[in-house]
Amino acid sequence: MTITVEKNAYLKDLTKKIRRHIVKMTHHAGSGHPGGSLSATELLTVLFNEHMRVDPKNPDWNDRDCFFLSKGHCTPVYYSVLAEKGFFPVEELMTFRDVDGRLHGHPCGEHIPGVDISSGSLGQGLSVGNGVALAAKLDGSERRSYVMIGDGELQEGQVWEAAMTTAHYNLDNVCAIIDWNKIQLDDFVENVKGVKNLGDKFRSFGWHVIEIDGHDLEQVDEAYREAERTKGRPTAILAHTVKGKGISFMEDTHEWHGLAPNDEQLEIALKELE
Amino acid sequence: MAEMIAPRQGYGEALVRLGEKHNDVVVLDADCAKANLTTMFKGKYPNRFFNIGISECDLVGTAAGLAVAGKVPFANAYANFLTGRAFDQMRVSVCYSNNNVKIVGHNAGTSAAQEGATHLPLEDISLMRSLPRMTVIVPADSLEMEKAVEAAYHFEGPVYLRVGKLPVPVVTKREDPFVIGKAKFYKEGGDVSIISTGIMLDEALKAAEELETQGISAEVIHVHTIKPIDAEAIIKTASKTKHVVTVEEHSIIGGLGSAVAEVLSENCPVPVKRVGTNDRFGVSGKMDELLDFFELRSHRIVSSAFELLKEKAPV
Ligand SMILES: Cc1ncc(C[n+]2csc(CCOP(=O)(O)OP(=O)(O)O)c2C)c(N)n1
Repeated sequence: MTITVEKNAYLKDLTKKIRRHIVKMTHHAGSGHPGGSLSATELLTVLFNEHMRVDPKNPDWNDRDCFFLSKGHCTPVYYSVLAEKGFFPVEELMTFRDVDGRLHGHPCGEHIPGVDISSGSLGQGLSVGNGVALAAKLDGSERRSYVMIGDGELQEGQVWEAAMTTAHYNLDNVCAIIDWNKIQLDDFVENVKGVKNLGDKFRSFGWHVIEIDGHDLEQVDEAYREAERTKGRPTAILAHTVKGKGISFMEDTHEWHGLAPNDEQLEIALKELE
Repeated sequence: MAEMIAPRQGYGEALVRLGEKHNDVVVLDADCAKANLTTMFKGKYPNRFFNIGISECDLVGTAAGLAVAGKVPFANAYANFLTGRAFDQMRVSVCYSNNNVKIVGHNAGTSAAQEGATHLPLEDISLMRSLPRMTVIVPADSLEMEKAVEAAYHFEGPVYLRVGKLPVPVVTKREDPFVIGKAKFYKEGGDVSIISTGIMLDEALKAAEELETQGISAEVIHVHTIKPIDAEAIIKTASKTKHVVTVEEHSIIGGLGSAVAEVLSENCPVPVKRVGTNDRFGVSGKMDELLDFFELRSHRIVSSAFELLKEKAPV
């Protein structure tokens, strides 16, 4: 047991809160990406609340850990986790995708406290994470960079260019989190262009690989600990998840990749999240 | 005869001086360090040099991360591959994120020479100019390159710097000021304005001399910063001479000629002739042969000036 019973209950409660934000935000906007947000909820909640060295009061603190949401469309979960952590007011979540707000559809690194890079064009995050990690090595700093990548996103060549760079420079301060929900925009990943033997792929690139159930708070927490302990090479956490996790009608389908719930669907979803 | 020096020489030396003075300078290359002369920096500061390998997208993304961590990265690759392949990385990870990354495109224009069309960057300025927040600098020679490197470092924000590989005449002077965004008047004149960028300054000055012998007084303005363009200087010269010829070692689509035409059509509509490579790919050849092939020569600037002046003269 790496987390206490109380902590587990607290985090469980928090993930429920975050899932409620996700459906409410996408409902508010009438658009957005609930599927890949719901699959990443435990992964991001545990990361930001138990592992990342960040200070919401001082988001640009020089020695902070960095997180890069390479699958930039999953802003509903990202913004929710940041707001619950205190980077900006929780009420602001209901300005999601509003023309006069700053919580754009995809994250803008310049405007949102806690967001270090703009993303939304898939495939770019790991390179950026490597850059921060290289700088940390140069400066003798303990800071770490975490990058979340979608399993469909792994089809982008730049991910593998970057994966070579991470291993070549022995960047053990990089942790890639693969939200392995098996589904991309159009279909199941295996039907579009499969990314089979993912563990072997990363291992053969020189990475340490940890495979977990990405919805099990204990396993998620332990995986981040193991990543922190792993020296000399980067760690990839392959997290088996369910796209749309937590809302019965959104689970395990590509239909809810980029679709917002209507009034009635919102009501059902919120009931399921009570 | 002006001294012949490769702009990349000035670039490589300036980078070393910058590294000496500033600890936050880091240099990245994509397996072309020997060609781009970033080996000079690598030799002195091996810890601050990263060869990212043949992966231009990863190169630019990594540079963005280094900038997030407070470094001032200079990301080097051949201009064609860099601006073509990593355009989206520059767009999202660099410019939209407002990261302080210096993008350095090498083998500029005809200096890719016998490598042929795949390697001749004739569209890079156009691409870079279209990116919000990107500053675009195209120095005339090795000496100006040195100043541009220094200025790019002190400028906070994304910069694209275009660097040629082969020796070209050094036409600027050590004492010439270099301010990003400020065009420089090299010769006063009243009948026609020749506005050049990059290594074309040399041909522009020659053209002005030739025109002088034929009784036409040409003004020569060197625009080393294509974005932000010095609209004031361009409007000033155009309102005086009423005829403008632009010259660039780049496509006439989207580069200096376009930028000048945009300024003038909105502020001071006078006839403009654009000298550059037309809408086509390059070929293989020695740099001199390519400059002849594309007619990036003074005689073409002169004939363009005459065409303009004829247009004006009532028949
Ligand atoms: C470069 C790029 N191409 C296409 C898209 C459009 N797009 C957005 S999300 C997505 C599918 C992503 O699938 P995956 O990485 O598995 O994410 P998840 O299932 O976790 O939402 C696509 C194709 C994009 N944002 N960027």
